Amino acid sequence: MTALFAIFLLTLLVITAFGIVRATNLFVAVMLMGIFSLQIASIFFLLDAADVALTEAAVGAGISTVLFLGALALTGPEEPKRPHGRWLSLCVVSLTTLIVLYATFDKPRLGDPNAPVHQHVAPWYLENTPALIDIPNVVTAVLASFRGYDTLGEVFVIFTAGIGVMFVLGTPWSRLSDARTPLDEAKGLRHHLIPRVVGHLLVPFIVLFGLYVQFHGDFGPGGGFQAGALIAAGLILSALLDGERASLRVVPARWLFAMVALGPLIFSGVGLATVLLGGRFLDYSVLSADPVAGQHLGILLIEAGVGVTVVGVLVSIFHGFAAREQKN
Amino acid sequence: MIVDVFSMLLLIGGGAFVFIGGLGALRMPDFYTRLHAASLTDSMGMILVLSGVVLQAGFSLATLKLLVIFVFLMLTSPTATYALANAAHLAGLAPRLGGSDDTGAE
Amino acid sequence: MFYAAAIAILITMALALARALLGPTVYDRVLAVNMFGTKTVLLLTVVAFLYGRPDFLDLALTYALINFIGVLAVLEFIQNHGLRQRGQDTGGGRP
Repeated sequence: MTALFAIFLLTLLVITAFGIVRATNLFVAVMLMGIFSLQIASIFFLLDAADVALTEAAVGAGISTVLFLGALALTGPEEPKRPHGRWLSLCVVSLTTLIVLYATFDKPRLGDPNAPVHQHVAPWYLENTPALIDIPNVVTAVLASFRGYDTLGEVFVIFTAGIGVMFVLGTPWSRLSDARTPLDEAKGLRHHLIPRVVGHLLVPFIVLFGLYVQFHGDFGPGGGFQAGALIAAGLILSALLDGERASLRVVPARWLFAMVALGPLIFSGVGLATVLLGGRFLDYSVLSADPVAGQHLGILLIEAGVGVTVVGVLVSIFHGFAAREQKN
Repeated sequence: MIVDVFSMLLLIGGGAFVFIGGLGALRMPDFYTRLHAASLTDSMGMILVLSGVVLQAGFSLATLKLLVIFVFLMLTSPTATYALANAAHLAGLAPRLGGSDDTGAE
Repeated sequence: MFYAAAIAILITMALALARALLGPTVYDRVLAVNMFGTKTVLLLTVVAFLYGRPDFLDLALTYALINFIGVLAVLEFIQNHGLRQRGQDTGGGRP
């Protein structure tokens, strides 16, 4: 029965995708992308993939919408008309779609118990997680320990992306708080009492919930990426309510800069420590006398690193957009 | 058993309110009336559905989390509705008053 | 009984999507996104109990938070940041 729910949501997803592509006003497209992200998160949830659903909701529906709006504020909401037709791109996309569809014929059916991944890969992880790592959430065990190199790469990707976006936006961290022109003070959330009161009430709870998600990642859906996105959303909310200048007094740009760099530093530092202690790179078992406790410590440290980097990068990008806009 | 019957009634009632609110949001003629219809799903529909689920959960951590969700939604949905109505009003979107359907003419 | 509530919520999601695709003014679309978000929260609580996994309620709380922040951010940007000040039509500020 829940398969029918997933099929229904997938149909809505296709309709939303058509709506996004056909919208000429980019603001409409951003709104529809928010709905798209919520639909995909619901589908992930119906397919029983809770960590992915959490990450998609936190990053896609919340932060991505805010960043798209920041970009729209800089560029303008109308899509420029193309002078020539789009037949070449239509042909290329159709050809690629047909090739990909043909490739999926060799794929095993979704959830097929005889698929190779369910014969070899998944049982190995399910058996060895209680023995070697002993945390209830196997996804976190795979992400943080068994496939630690992949997560190291992801942290460096986020780090590089943050630096790249700040380069493109053109405002270095040291100049994020130099507001040139005051914003129009008569409008905006700063002068509406009710959203301000409710928002101020909620920001500490959002940050607290983000910390809960960070440390609860061993036991339920959660972890560094989701927690980082949540805490960043809370900080962005306070920036929306109080203005960028007040927000940059609370969390200065120097700290954001340090947070962006701290994540990869912690991660590589843990790897280096494990090598110095005699094990392999990112083999957390050597971090403590008891290998399982060492694994717990290692997972705690690297998830903290991931969370710190995600918060730093997302809030920095938000302030970068706002600073760029004030320069215009 | 009684708990199951109550929770079933609450869930069905909640589902009905959610559906009616959604239908109103689609069919109402003006933005403010649509906003009012949609807020029906956020308030009454949410209360009934969450109460139905709480009755199924009994005394457990899940009930505590559901109560937190409840308090949170009670705080934020009316605020979001207010902010939306305020933004539309400040932008100059005027409610459609009078109307061609109800002036007594056939 | 969970199935009935879940079906009602899914149909309302479709109605919200219709409003987002149709809505003549930009505020209609923001309304649709907000409604879709809260319906997702409700769907998640109901389905979490359908699946017998009450520890997935963290997701519902996250969605509620993110939905609220998203709507406030959209309203802030509509009112303040360049989308109106350039005199460009954001898809209809007037009916």
